[in-house]
Amino acid sequence: MDYEAGNYDVIVIGAGHAGCEAALSAARLGAKTCLFTINMDSIANMPCNPNIGGTSKGHLVREIDALGGEMGKNIDKTFIQSRMLNTAKGPAVYSLRAQADRKKYQMEMKHTLELQENLDVKQAEIVEYMVNDNHIEAVKTRIGAIYHAKAVVLCSGTYLRGKIFIGETNYESGPDGVFPARFLTESLEKLGIETRRFKTGTPARVNRRSIDFSKMEIQEGDSEITPFSFENESIEREQVPCYLTYTNAKTHEIIRANLHRSPLYGGEIVGTGPRYCPSIEDKVVRFADKERHQVFVEPLGENTEEMYIQGMSSSLPEDVQIAMYRTIPGLEHCEFTRPAYAIEYDCIDSTQLKLSLELKNIEGLFFAGQVNGSSGYEEAAAQGLIAGINAARKVQGKEPLILDRSDAYIGVLIDDLVTKGTNEPYRMMTSRAEYRLLLRQDNSDQRLTPKGHEIGLISEERYQKFLQKQEHIAKEIERVKRTNIKPSEELNAILREHHTTEVTTGTKLADLVKRTELDYKTLAPIDAERPALTKEEAEEVNIEIKYEGYIKLQLEQIESFKKLENRRIPENIDYENVKGIRIEARQKLTKFRPTSIGQASRISGISPADINVLLIYLQTL
Amino acid sequence: MNTIAAISTPAGAGGISIVRISGKDAMNIIKKILKTKNISDFPSHTIKYGHIVGEDGKVIDEVLVSYFEAPKTYTGEDVCEINCHGGNLVTKQILELVLRNGANLAEPGEFTKRAFLNGKMDLSQAEAVMDVINSKSLKEKNASLSQLEGVLGKRISGIKANLVDLLVDVEANIDYPEYDVEEVRREKIEKILDENIVELQKLENSFESGKVLKNGVNTVIVGKPNVGKSSLMNVLLKEERAIVTEIPGTTRDTIEEYLTIRGVPLKIVDTAGIRETTDIVEGIGVEKSKKALKEAELVLVLLDGTRPLEEQDYEILQEVKEKNHLILINKTDEESKIEKEKIHDENVLEISAKTLAGIDELEQKIEEMFQIKEINVNDEIVVTNIRHKDLISKAKEQIKSVQNALKSGVPIDMISIELQNAVQFLGEITGETVSEDVITGIFKKFCLGK
Repeated sequence: MDYEAGNYDVIVIGAGHAGCEAALSAARLGAKTCLFTINMDSIANMPCNPNIGGTSKGHLVREIDALGGEMGKNIDKTFIQSRMLNTAKGPAVYSLRAQADRKKYQMEMKHTLELQENLDVKQAEIVEYMVNDNHIEAVKTRIGAIYHAKAVVLCSGTYLRGKIFIGETNYESGPDGVFPARFLTESLEKLGIETRRFKTGTPARVNRRSIDFSKMEIQEGDSEITPFSFENESIEREQVPCYLTYTNAKTHEIIRANLHRSPLYGGEIVGTGPRYCPSIEDKVVRFADKERHQVFVEPLGENTEEMYIQGMSSSLPEDVQIAMYRTIPGLEHCEFTRPAYAIEYDCIDSTQLKLSLELKNIEGLFFAGQVNGSSGYEEAAAQGLIAGINAARKVQGKEPLILDRSDAYIGVLIDDLVTKGTNEPYRMMTSRAEYRLLLRQDNSDQRLTPKGHEIGLISEERYQKFLQKQEHIAKEIERVKRTNIKPSEELNAILREHHTTEVTTGTKLADLVKRTELDYKTLAPIDAERPALTKEEAEEVNIEIKYEGYIKLQLEQIESFKKLENRRIPENIDYENVKGIRIEARQKLTKFRPTSIGQASRISGISPADINVLLIYLQTL
Repeated sequence: MNTIAAISTPAGAGGISIVRISGKDAMNIIKKILKTKNISDFPSHTIKYGHIVGEDGKVIDEVLVSYFEAPKTYTGEDVCEINCHGGNLVTKQILELVLRNGANLAEPGEFTKRAFLNGKMDLSQAEAVMDVINSKSLKEKNASLSQLEGVLGKRISGIKANLVDLLVDVEANIDYPEYDVEEVRREKIEKILDENIVELQKLENSFESGKVLKNGVNTVIVGKPNVGKSSLMNVLLKEERAIVTEIPGTTRDTIEEYLTIRGVPLKIVDTAGIRETTDIVEGIGVEKSKKALKEAELVLVLLDGTRPLEEQDYEILQEVKEKNHLILINKTDEESKIEKEKIHDENVLEISAKTLAGIDELEQKIEEMFQIKEINVNDEIVVTNIRHKDLISKAKEQIKSVQNALKSGVPIDMISIELQNAVQFLGEITGETVSEDVITGIFKKFCLGK
């Protein structure tokens, strides 16, 4: 029996990493918000790898934090190991990654949600969208409760018609044994929203007591921890190690002998899986020459003996899984707690969205996370944050917050999804970002905190602290550039020590910093007037001076990028009037309705010639 | 789009001029102005003979009209071409008649612009059309034509693909730091860069010869007044252009002429005599001559064989020593009074502008000097377009910078920025990346008529 259950400004469906950020940001911006989850105990779950960050994903978390999101703070509270990766490959690709205590992470996030003003959290399955005149009006739960809302954010993750595959067995299920959402897809399709089916997978979990770690390489965390959140200056914590081992010929032999029992090769799985995160059977088939594959063993938390076996995701039958896992050094006697599985789910064609993450055709309907075809907790959280902000702003009659490709990885992520679309679960990568030297994780605050403050997610106190930091950095850069260092025995001793040419005349301090063998820190002893800076501030000064030339180069690139980005296409343009454009391009442009020439140029199937025609047409308007 | 028309042959060149009309009204306009048998039966891609008749019923010219129906035409629209053989005036009258009957005068480059817009050619092809139109010699035309067919595009795409491959390696390393993907070794990167920079260098060098093909060898004829400079020029041009008189100093200004000698395009500057002068008007000419001499790529020094060498001759001989030059002793048809032994130079030829004696040898010498034959246009790509050359140079600079960065131990992420830039620059040649500036620049450059 249907009944009227309540009124909200913003409703968020799904309480995974996207949903949590969406609900928190909407509520914090003053929108009366309700967050629905199928299971209160699955909030902010990590049904796959128990870590946050990594290459480019770490950037996303820093950006989320710089804008006033929650993920960075939550992982800082709950990580059990932290590492900065890629430190030898350049500051732009330094990547922070932390192993999470999975349950603690969930509990912290759940509690934060429960304490949040303006926010209700409820356990219910949403089964229907109620739309009137292309405006969202309400949603209905499985048991008939109707909640009205001015904006709804769908963050359904892998729950929509979720189906799990383990060998010959398959059954309807959400991740980690939670109920799937069976009915909402139909409601989406009725509204004319195009859906598709993607697939992903996860490896088995193994009891720590059954593992022989003496046969594995140990991987410790960093001795000096870099926090994710800009609000945390430093963190001291006892860390736990991870381990590395390898597959071998025996493992591969078992896999090959049982390929016929895989649902993937048998054709039962129809969803598209990600190329960058293949199952072990995929790796063995596609990279037949490779003699071994890496296997990382990571703890799920401190109060559990479950270990995550990264690199061994599979949809082979459980008996085959056990046999192949047991060929791996250290796992000879391993006992599974949960088997590996593949999961298929519905998501939408993300090109139906605006850059604000609102659906083009239905007002007030936002989408974020895996339902948009992305994969990964960080990608989900980033979209959730933006969708939550924009849902609240929509309700409040404000312009949406849109980050472009030169603003943030978040901008790259959303533009890729919305403009280019994706044919497989989309993972963020540093190589997707054209201007990554400027989109560093260390300067995320510089890029985004002013925006976070402007929209109202960054407190005045934090903002003042931020401004102070920026001032310290700017002043110090200026000082270093103007300071001349006289040649001295002390200086030359340092230069000798770092195997770089000694000096006989006065030298600019900045020029010394720029030498590849040196940096800002190593020159401290001969730099008498150096002010006391925090570690973060000093790092910024170092990067900005050391890589000045490259930074300038990127700024020039951004300038020409912005030119095309700022060439707006009128919303009411009729592509039928644009003569000389190819039919395919006309259809695509009509369907996509890009907002700028820049966006149009990135739509797949739109050629440079089409863009020229469009440019010329716009000139005639 | 409206129907456009223009004279599509260069002004004054050749006996036949073409008025081209493009657009949906092209045939309608022809029907109004052409008097011929059975005009309603005019199939596509055929030619009809007839007369262009003005509003007053008078015949303007006897013409051949060709008709091409869209879309298989140059512009992708209906195209009619009127081949008229009156001079400038008649051609202009016909164009005006066409315009009065509904066509608009084509903007510079508009035919090609439309061809480009209608998907008839890509960006580098469109530019090559420009070069064909402007080409001044056969070899340059071939170079342009091979670009038109995308040879340059293919070569550039090849280099670009190599760099993209490299980028892929670098990026994979960055994005998967913990996985045992093969580390990109710096030596491997350096090897690939070395190979590709050589390719780019070749293309860049070819521009110099390409420039020669396109602009002509900058050639200056110098000599005392009345030594026969204008006569020589006329001989080479095979027609009478410059004013030739017996009075010294008649050639008051420099005259530029283009001509092709055995495939070598020359841009000849005929100078006023180099001498100290009190005549103000000619003084300007002398100044210009000295400047022209400085910029010359080939200097033809003309000496009067009927007179002994003078101070001025020695000065000239001294001045051209460091330049590519030929010493020509003119007037060998008359009694020789010149002291040949006093000219210490290897490149001396005796000619007569009057009887044409020695002119063959002169032409052969020029051909040898510029060895244009060695630029085998069909096998080697010659970059003739300045924008292409600029982009190739820029890409090369980026790669050089990557090489330096690698040597000095800069982190691998940094080099990917410059690599990407290099790829971007190369992409701009083939039109695979778009920047508004490029488009604006290109279309500004298009000449009237195509």
